[in-house]
Amino acid sequence: MDITSLLSISLGAILVNNFILVQFLGICPFMGVSKKMDTAVGMGFAVIFVMGLASALCYPVNQLLVRLDLEYMQTVAFILVIAALVQFVEMFLKKSIPTLYEALGVYLPLITTNCAVLGVVLLNVQENYNFIESVVYGITGGVGFLLAIVLFASIRERLEFADPPKAFRGFPIALITAGLMALSFMGFSGLSVW
Amino acid sequence: MNILYAVLILTVLGGVFGLVLSIASKVFEVKSDPRLAEILDSLPGANCGGCGYAGCAGCAAAILEGKAPVNACPSNTGEKTARIAAIMGVEVKPVERRVAFVRCAGGDRAGHKFDKYVGLTDCVAAMKVAGDGPLDCAFGCLGLGSCVKACKFDAIHINSRGVAEVDREKCVCCMQCAAVCPKKVIVSMPYNVDIVLPCANKEKGVQAKAHCAISCIGCKLCERNCPSGAITVSKNVAVIDYDKCTSCGICVEKCPRKLIVNIHDTGKVAPVVVA
Repeated sequence: MDITSLLSISLGAILVNNFILVQFLGICPFMGVSKKMDTAVGMGFAVIFVMGLASALCYPVNQLLVRLDLEYMQTVAFILVIAALVQFVEMFLKKSIPTLYEALGVYLPLITTNCAVLGVVLLNVQENYNFIESVVYGITGGVGFLLAIVLFASIRERLEFADPPKAFRGFPIALITAGLMALSFMGFSGLSVW
Repeated sequence: MNILYAVLILTVLGGVFGLVLSIASKVFEVKSDPRLAEILDSLPGANCGGCGYAGCAGCAAAILEGKAPVNACPSNTGEKTARIAAIMGVEVKPVERRVAFVRCAGGDRAGHKFDKYVGLTDCVAAMKVAGDGPLDCAFGCLGLGSCVKACKFDAIHINSRGVAEVDREKCVCCMQCAAVCPKKVIVSMPYNVDIVLPCANKEKGVQAKAHCAISCIGCKLCERNCPSGAITVSKNVAVIDYDKCTSCGICVEKCPRKLIVNIHDTGKVAPVVVA
């Protein structure tokens, strides 16, 4: 493993295989908390945090499952790990780093059952990433999420002032916007430098 | 045999995590005051921000710490405020109910610089158009509804004249509409009033007259005729002092612009009609 492969993983996670706009994972918070810029940023950082941690913790769990020939249990085991991890982190932050707890706020428990978080650990297994690669993939996957949700939130803030036809007002126009954004991210699909 | 392993490993994993979590909940326990939740329950939960704190939770925390009075929430009902007072163990004096009021009745009676404003339907955006928006009058309501969007209580609407108008029954005086209004034409006033003066035009009589058909021209007829001295004209616009106003209605008779009206007497002079 060298630095270029890590860079390649990062680039892939942020742009080419962006979790939201290309893999369509984590759509729920993407649509749900993207109405305002500051909540979108809070959600984005919470996702980075949890995806990184979940990748790190699920790696040894997966090793254990592989050793016992129980790979088919991955999904169930990972859900268990992520739920417990988020609970634990929440308690820990509340006590030790209240400012970070306040900043992440309600978004931390919200992403316990987020499919992007489960997706990242399952993809780590699928791609046979080692520990460091897993963590890098988890964190940069979160960065990709942050990028997508911040871009989307800034567009939605402007959409507030737009005057679309009545049938499109509100959620429908947001869905169309998300679709167009996903389309534009297809432009990155040919991007593979290394 | 394999299925036993599967069950076993999940049970062990679950058990370990459960144990860790239950220990963690003891180790990392943060004592929170049970009164916080009770106070939060007694707030409206609209997160309007009228108290000056970030949402109802912020207000509840401030009340608990003693930073804010128990009646910090402007939109709370007396009953709920009393409940908070009981939780905090203090007495609360009844506060006079107040409502927001739009100091403008112009709308289609005010002069417009363009035939039709076709920009963004948002007052702040319209303010960027040459010379503080499309109205001739620099003080009047633009009627593009920034306040309507800001209101969490559905208490302010654009009426048929194109002026924002407060629904006095629904209004809780959180003043979020006043905060977004770029013209600063929304003020708070007591709920229990009869006489209103919906104009904020500070121009001299001639210009005020030229810019709007219903503007206050600062003629002082109301000030001179008010038996209780409740009206004063300052900066070319009359203002009613509701501590002194007795709702006698003489100013309504005297106003040459038919601007001062009795809101409960809509049959006689109706400057504003709700759409």
